[in-house]
Amino acid sequence: MSILEVKNIVKNFGKIQVLKGIDFSMEKGEVVAIIGSSGSGKTTLLRCINFLEEADKGQIFVNGQCIYDGESTEKRTPAQIREAQLNFGLVFQSFNLFPQYTALENVTLAPKLLAKERADYKENKKEILDEIEENAKALLARVGLEDRMGSYPCQLSGGQQQRVSIARALALNPKVLFFDEPTSALDPELTGEILRVIRDLANKDVTMVIVTHEIEFARNVADRIIFMADGVVLEDGTPEEVLDHPKNEKTQHFLSSLNH
Amino acid sequence: MNFWNITLSLLEGLEKTCMIFALTLVLALPLGLIISFGSMSKFKPLSYLVKTFVWIIRGVPLMLQVIILFYVPGFILGYPILSRFSSVVAAFVINYACYFSEIYRGGIESISKGQYEAGQVLGMTKTQVFFKIILMQVVKRILAPMANEVITLVKDTALARVIMIVEIIQAAQNFAGYGLMWPLFYTSVFYLAFVGILTLLFSYFEKKLDYYKS
Repeated sequence: MSILEVKNIVKNFGKIQVLKGIDFSMEKGEVVAIIGSSGSGKTTLLRCINFLEEADKGQIFVNGQCIYDGESTEKRTPAQIREAQLNFGLVFQSFNLFPQYTALENVTLAPKLLAKERADYKENKKEILDEIEENAKALLARVGLEDRMGSYPCQLSGGQQQRVSIARALALNPKVLFFDEPTSALDPELTGEILRVIRDLANKDVTMVIVTHEIEFARNVADRIIFMADGVVLEDGTPEEVLDHPKNEKTQHFLSSLNH
Repeated sequence: MNFWNITLSLLEGLEKTCMIFALTLVLALPLGLIISFGSMSKFKPLSYLVKTFVWIIRGVPLMLQVIILFYVPGFILGYPILSRFSSVVAAFVINYACYFSEIYRGGIESISKGQYEAGQVLGMTKTQVFFKIILMQVVKRILAPMANEVITLVKDTALARVIMIVEIIQAAQNFAGYGLMWPLFYTSVFYLAFVGILTLLFSYFEKKLDYYKS
């Protein structure tokens, strides 16, 4: 069963249809890269799946269970949206770290708040909080920041901030981790460190969807590449199929424009 | 009427000044936040209503509002419903809450959407996002304009004397009847000390929040 299945997602902004019926699915452990020119709807798709925008139509399934149904007339409660949201993690283009907290606090904040809802929170408070803390430290070490845990975001480079935000997203154990152009806000010499972290996650079978402009990186790290243009999926296949033997003219045009 | 007697009477006046100041601050700070939520409400009728209210309160002189709150209920009902002191405090709280609400609104709206979204995708509730992420950043950003308002409040308390409350200026003016003008000027020493302490306090808060940049 697919860990994530997206069916016929449609999204309009006013009169403009940004997503015109997107379908795709992915398996556990798979890494999917979404490429396409600006305005093709890649980011909007990610935002719809993560419930930062509400899709107008379509369905989203996680492990076969429907977490969003555009046909349903019932209004979903904030609690339901939150529960659905927790299936996923999202790493933003602009990091969006919380400036008043240290790197470690950025990673532990959400898990600590969430732990308060556990039935055994009062009894095992200390163990639960210690475990969250340990887990966060391990995650920060994993992204190479073991010696910057006490630093505030303003004391970190862009690449370090983005690595903290990856650790922050991983702390909630998302079933699928989404990246929205994770290196676009970074200087070229800093993108390498982010790509290394993502590659490392891919090797550890973290299920990921990466919206990116780094075509060579997509080729190296992704199991599958989706090419989007004008709100539709034009290609969906292995890196070789999509990048070396594109079927669609628009894909060919997009890829050749990158080589100039 | 030597220097010490006069200082003592002025200190009695200062006590009233301090009480109006403290009560206004304690009540108007949270009320302002509630009003700012009203003016930012997505429910248009509410936001228009609140914005109109803020316009009226900021538009009418505070001195008039003090007079209205004290005398008008009396005219209509035939008896006053608020004591002199509580009508002053009520007028000040409402007035300052409206000014604070606009400062809060400016601060809250200056926080980037990404901060809310980051909290949201981490499964935080709206309340958690506001209190754990947004509020502290807002406080840092609005500290300087808030200091301005709070300092203005210290001196606005002198308006209380329009309904015969003997705050420090009125206490000094009472001596003018005996031909003594200097107590009036002497009050500025107390104001300066008061504002000096507040200035130190605010710069302490600013330093406290200086550990991060947003």
